[in-house]
Amino acid sequence: MAKKITLDASGIYYRQFNEQIREAVAAGATDIVLTNVNSQRYLVGAIEGDLNFEIQGVPGQDMCSFMRGPKVRVKANAQDGVGNTMDDGTVIIEGLAGDVVGYAMRGGKIFIKGDVGYRVGIHMKAYMEKLPTIVIGGKAGDFLGEYMAGGIILLLGMFSDKPSEPIAGRSLGTGMHGGVIYVRGEVPKEQIGPGLTAQPLDESDKLVVQGIVKEYAKELGLDAKAILASDFVKIKPFSHRPYGNLYVPA
Amino acid sequence: MKAPERYYDFQKDISGCGVFGVIHKTRGLIPGDIPIRAMTCMHDRGNGLGGGFAAYGIYPELADKYAFHLMCDTQAALDSAEEVLKYYFTVHLAEPIPTRKVLAIKNPPIVTRYFLTPKKDRPQEGRDLGEQDYVVSAVMHINHKVHGAFVFSSGKNMGAFKGVGFPEEIADFFRLEDYSAYIWTGHNRFPTNTPGWWGGAHPFTLLDWSIVHNGEISSYGINRRYLCEHDYLCTLMTDTEVVAYLLDMLIRKHGLSKEMACKVFAPPFWDEIERMPKQEKEAYTALRMVYGQALLNGPFAILVADNTGLFGLNDRIKLRPLVVAEKDDMVFMSSEESSIREVQPELDRVWMPKAGEPVIVHLEA
Repeated sequence: MAKKITLDASGIYYRQFNEQIREAVAAGATDIVLTNVNSQRYLVGAIEGDLNFEIQGVPGQDMCSFMRGPKVRVKANAQDGVGNTMDDGTVIIEGLAGDVVGYAMRGGKIFIKGDVGYRVGIHMKAYMEKLPTIVIGGKAGDFLGEYMAGGIILLLGMFSDKPSEPIAGRSLGTGMHGGVIYVRGEVPKEQIGPGLTAQPLDESDKLVVQGIVKEYAKELGLDAKAILASDFVKIKPFSHRPYGNLYVPA
Repeated sequence: MKAPERYYDFQKDISGCGVFGVIHKTRGLIPGDIPIRAMTCMHDRGNGLGGGFAAYGIYPELADKYAFHLMCDTQAALDSAEEVLKYYFTVHLAEPIPTRKVLAIKNPPIVTRYFLTPKKDRPQEGRDLGEQDYVVSAVMHINHKVHGAFVFSSGKNMGAFKGVGFPEEIADFFRLEDYSAYIWTGHNRFPTNTPGWWGGAHPFTLLDWSIVHNGEISSYGINRRYLCEHDYLCTLMTDTEVVAYLLDMLIRKHGLSKEMACKVFAPPFWDEIERMPKQEKEAYTALRMVYGQALLNGPFAILVADNTGLFGLNDRIKLRPLVVAEKDDMVFMSSEESSIREVQPELDRVWMPKAGEPVIVHLEA
């Protein structure tokens, strides 16, 4: 089979379409363009390997869930549940994304150009060389990074169509006990979860942010300098076990 | 059509309803094909135990009459209901709602529609009521007292069509491709806490109000008791029913705006109220104090329509998805963007509204 292949999703139910994708991968395709996608669920779900996907149209729920390795570019908006428990690879969304992006994500990168919905990056975790990273170019809804256990969320607030809203919703990072959330500019204090504070970056943070921004900007054709031309703050857990004393006071 | 015995013992399942709505602001007619295709795109959000649509502007020739849609278990139930209707109303037209036989729709109830005006010489017990209260009391009377008969639509120049099946099957059954409307809503049901039966499908309606809902109203018990004190009786055994009656009470009876009613359903948190300027703080505090029992707890994305427009609202921590999109004079609201793209590939703007912040679209006069 040719390394490059185009699959047309018009009118095809998600099960059959995912079967076609799997067959193509099994037959050796490495560059796969999915055209006329609309609503098909679980695209690139649990697919492994060094593969490239381009998705034209709006993919359905749980795109790239359990994915391990591929690079996936979405030329439109994405719906809910992108990168659910994703393990490795890169997802680039050229529009906005819905709720629960990167739920329990354990590795890889998700780059979103626009706004995202609620509960993005909740339960993210990191282990040894696995360091999941989500970059949001627009603004985020409530509960960003809730119960986060590891990894990096970078929130830019720049490419949003919600000028009057705060950069992040309520309960930012509530209950986080690992990982870090970087925010470009400032976060209103009342939006941050209980016990957490926004702090300035130190030198090692700055290097991390610069590295991520450069890659993000390159993938989305944006100006990294303009993104970096602002201060950032970080939100980190105040304790390894924030609720350790909730039921049994120390 | 009867709800199963001991319905409250049923196993709970995972929720995932789908909602879709579209409004043409200058009353351009949208063919039934549009909401049907959009709902079909979200087929997998339901499980075949409920589907339905509401349509506004479908009875222009009889726009000044109350259009009652009835579902009845038996001819006897229909006869009893008709007796009640004739007691309260002048019947201008009575006919079966056009349907076709659909393989997937088994044992449908008898569906009939009546075009009514309140009798000039009303029965004694209804003489002191305003016209709309009179209509509401007739709906409550049939739903509560007439065994096996339910009024599932009672507005003017609008109608609800619903039942047990996937939405596309219900649309096929009711021949919805024959209708055109300037507002449509659609619902694909995945019943969670209550039975999948004909009366329990969405939309829920009263007068011109119709609502479709994805989620569950955990405050159903308190909302229902509160409504009961105001003569609204819940008979359809599904949580969403309370929202239809609360809308009628808050907006029509108590004169709240749609914005205010939404703030009753999904009020700001106390800590947000605490930070508001004095006047706003007092207003929101009063609203929470007076209408605490009308607060909707639990996850919801609702679409509400009446003859003035369409609005969408999420619960205040957004536990269900809702996407809004605009194209020229049309505004779409849906659980999934793909369902909107299915019927309108090019859109001017797409966004996800903030939790608890209604998106209200008015028909232009």
